[in-house]
Amino acid sequence: MTDALVTGLGVVSPTGLGTDAFWSATVEGRSAIGPVTRFDADRYPARLAGEIAGFVAEDHLPGRLIPQTDRMTRLALVAADWALDDAGIDPAADHAAFDMGVVTASSSGGFEFGQNELRKLWSQGGQYVSAYQSFAWFYAVNSGQISIRNGMKGPSGVIVSDQAGGLDALAHTRRLIRKGTPLIVSGGVDAALCPWGWVAQLASDRLTTSDAPDSAYLPFDKDASGHVPGEGGAILLVEDAVSARGRGVTGYGVIAGYGASFDPRPDSGREPGLRYAIEVALTDARVTADQVDVVFADAAGLPELDRVEADALAAVFGPGAVPVTAPKTTTGRLGSGGAPLDLAGALLALRHGVIPPTVHVRPDPGYRIDLVTGAAREVALRTALVVARGYGGFNSAVVVRRAEPS
Amino acid sequence: MTHIPFRLDDLRRILREGAGADETVDLEGEILDTDFGALGYESLALLETGSRIEREYGIALGDDALAPDTTPRALIEAVNGELAPAPQPQS
Repeated sequence: MTDALVTGLGVVSPTGLGTDAFWSATVEGRSAIGPVTRFDADRYPARLAGEIAGFVAEDHLPGRLIPQTDRMTRLALVAADWALDDAGIDPAADHAAFDMGVVTASSSGGFEFGQNELRKLWSQGGQYVSAYQSFAWFYAVNSGQISIRNGMKGPSGVIVSDQAGGLDALAHTRRLIRKGTPLIVSGGVDAALCPWGWVAQLASDRLTTSDAPDSAYLPFDKDASGHVPGEGGAILLVEDAVSARGRGVTGYGVIAGYGASFDPRPDSGREPGLRYAIEVALTDARVTADQVDVVFADAAGLPELDRVEADALAAVFGPGAVPVTAPKTTTGRLGSGGAPLDLAGALLALRHGVIPPTVHVRPDPGYRIDLVTGAAREVALRTALVVARGYGGFNSAVVVRRAEPS
Repeated sequence: MTHIPFRLDDLRRILREGAGADETVDLEGEILDTDFGALGYESLALLETGSRIEREYGIALGDDALAPDTTPRALIEAVNGELAPAPQPQS
């Protein structure tokens, strides 16, 4: 069966726009978490976010796209451009339109656009609602706009399973490549830092109410109090490895394995599904636990959920037997963008032989995991596991293997 | 600013506000007889444009006024036709 090879990265992270800026910030453990500036959050219980600063959509996108796009779509379109560029692909020249597809994840859709149009509906009347509201808010809009902008008419779709969706989209991408589509634009970008998006996220009861950027989001720490939301994500260009290597491209790494599960009913007394998802991913990748060199954790930042993840990791790998990291402590949790950004981070870690640190956290030894904190850890890496959980019971795990020059 | 009659510059402004402008098209140039499709505006862009004209000028435009093969000249005429005061009945 053909390999699904990641050949291009387009990163839009609170810690940096573009792969290089993101990676240097991630390795150095520079956090972008700070007070919300996008709207007045003073009277909300949660007031910190990982915001992307300095993104001017008009510098990157045609004028016709601006009135019809939410911020998340603008970020996704630019990330897709960067991923294509990184892979050396000119979509108009290199592939037939039906040989290129788009599969992204989404967790909330274009909330800010939707909020503005709903405000017009209630305050001014239906006549004032933008015609573009018909699709600009929609979950599938990032896939649609990336398809249109790049002339990609192959299989496309959107996966909606909160944070887990970012991995589910990559898994579906691999499925489509195995079925014969040589190129898929994948990943996810979310940006719901507006009052409506904020309230929707508050409803999960998982946001920290801390006002201290350096001690707000503390997964696997005794002081864990929830997470900080952020915006952004990553778009990954994934190709049939044979097709990519035909161009002389080595790529970043192969989507080697995938597992997904759904949690049992709360209070059922049954084990949560995360361990099973990880084991399925390892089996699918045909690697044993001792062959996994690093784990990028979901890192919920709530004691009960951190316990579930730490127990699953200890059960699969043995207590403290594999380095675990959560660079999302520098960005906050990004909805559907979180796992693709972790995948980008994992692929860069494999390439550079560096495990980026989890910042701000003093790990609770009770979790029995080897959490990489303080400084980055330099170590040869071949295989990484990325774990993501979505609100409502979704568990997903992806194994990526470093690409070797052919 | 609502100008009566409706002029090409009013249309340009509303197009820009509602649907943006294609960088490959000079909206400031001689566009009166170029159809909207060629100016880079698809049906949804024209729906938004028509809706903005209707609410700003307090008129109702028919569907025909806003097809992609319509030209700015035809749309301007249609808008001004709606804006023109109704003829006084002859006694």
